[in-house]
Amino acid sequence: MNYFLLSLLKTAVVVGIFMHVLAYLQWIERKVIAHVQLRVGPRRVGPHGLLQPLADVIKLITKEDMLPSHVNTFFYFLAPFVAVLFALISISVIPFGPEVEIFGVRTAMSLADPGIGVLFILGISGMGVYGVALAGWASNNKYSLMGGLRSSAQMISYELPMALAIAAPLLILNTLSLREIANGQAGFWGVLPKWMIFLSPVSFILFIISAFAETNRIPFDLPEAENELVAGFHTEYSSMKFASFFMAEYANMVTVSAVATLLFLGAWHPIFPAKYGSSFIPTIIFWGSALICFSHAMRPARPFDKYTLPVFGVLFLGLGGLFLVPVLQQVLLPLFWFCGKVLAILFVFIWVRATLPRFRYDQLMKFAWLFMFPVALLNLFVTALLVALNS
Amino acid sequence: MDAILFLIFAAIAVVCAVSMVMQKHPIGSALSLVGVMAALAALYLLLGGEFIAAAQLVVYSGAIMVLFVFVIMLLNAGGEKKPVLKPMGKYLGLPLLLIFMGLMGFVVDRMTPASAGVTFGGFQGGGPRDIGQSLFTVYLLPFEVTSVLILIAILGAIVLARKEID
Repeated sequence: MNYFLLSLLKTAVVVGIFMHVLAYLQWIERKVIAHVQLRVGPRRVGPHGLLQPLADVIKLITKEDMLPSHVNTFFYFLAPFVAVLFALISISVIPFGPEVEIFGVRTAMSLADPGIGVLFILGISGMGVYGVALAGWASNNKYSLMGGLRSSAQMISYELPMALAIAAPLLILNTLSLREIANGQAGFWGVLPKWMIFLSPVSFILFIISAFAETNRIPFDLPEAENELVAGFHTEYSSMKFASFFMAEYANMVTVSAVATLLFLGAWHPIFPAKYGSSFIPTIIFWGSALICFSHAMRPARPFDKYTLPVFGVLFLGLGGLFLVPVLQQVLLPLFWFCGKVLAILFVFIWVRATLPRFRYDQLMKFAWLFMFPVALLNLFVTALLVALNS
Repeated sequence: MDAILFLIFAAIAVVCAVSMVMQKHPIGSALSLVGVMAALAALYLLLGGEFIAAAQLVVYSGAIMVLFVFVIMLLNAGGEKKPVLKPMGKYLGLPLLLIFMGLMGFVVDRMTPASAGVTFGGFQGGGPRDIGQSLFTVYLLPFEVTSVLILIAILGAIVLARKEID
């Protein structure tokens, strides 16, 4: 098939799925936090609140778009655009699976595969700070400005340990291409997968901590600390412009989780060898979920559960069945492992948000420069030494 | 396709560069400079210099310009006042500038060969691996001397910025 058409098709599919994931990530976050706090979360709109993201989007689009009189109009409009642009661009270099051949068409499961994928992602994530900083400054409001400045300082500080943490697995794998990094983690030592998290666990922990700071998530969400700064850099934004900052935050979360999966968790490689039956894990999980749905439908806790749960059960049964079709297996299995690992890291993000309080600003900076940075340097040094001794 | 992309990004770079000089507000200038850097990175990418493009993005747009913007925001620098142009500058400035640029273009066009790859001493270009290898073998001394120079600059900045203790 025409390379151009194929790329266009892949882009459309990835963008479509990515946008829906962003919308539903917010539903997942609200549900998970609700259950951590012993609530039920959204459940009015659609079964179990599943249509809540749709309702939210409609609400945000139709809301009045206020333009405060004291803002710097051009930069005020530019800021959300920049934030979303640099949040979404990174997904274009992330590979989701190996090269596959479907109906005679051979293609890689990624949009683009530059030889410098890791550097590209670092560069783009460095540009992301402009959206937030600009929003804070253009709003012409002291709380917004404080939020924007905090965000710039925080992102500059945490980019250093993040880059140093990434450098350690790159030294071991000896490549900068994300696809080669993923391929380098294939295989097993016995049953233990050859993932980077086992070779350099310190880098993984450092990377995850910096990722929390880079995406402005609790416990590092100082730029939007509501008890000090109203809502931080997006105080003056309303309607879709406000929503685009949230979209950028969630997109950054997904990207960072995908990078962590690629670098440390073995990308799309299964958690134990296929000869012990790892190919059947997705089917077992989906059919197990179907079973749970059916058993709960027998003893419905709420009246409508009688109708909604069997529908979900049949859906899960069908999904589980899809993983048994040989033609689809080569696409779906890598996709399942990749998405499963990304979702697991996203769950940690949400879990931490529901659990931890916020840092104080000076603690945040001290932590970055006096703890994270030296540890990352030391880690890199030790890794380099071991790599040099082994080669 | 390459030519179209080149024209698009070259146009962006030129427009941003002009806007950087013309902007009244420092933030506008700084952001225009970011635009120039990003467009240059795209141009490097088109030329096949992937590593240079990434370095451009990470170092210039991602780190240095963020610091610039940060400082401008922190100091809350206002818009600058434009000096009133003298009549000579007003009427002769633009034609002279065009003549100068035309001359420069002519000279550069004459002095460089039509289409030869860019070379740097013995280094023939290549990916991050080649660059790293030549940095730590052939160009080890210049590399280390440069890092010492930067260290001296940092120390100097600290000494200059520090308030008198005694």
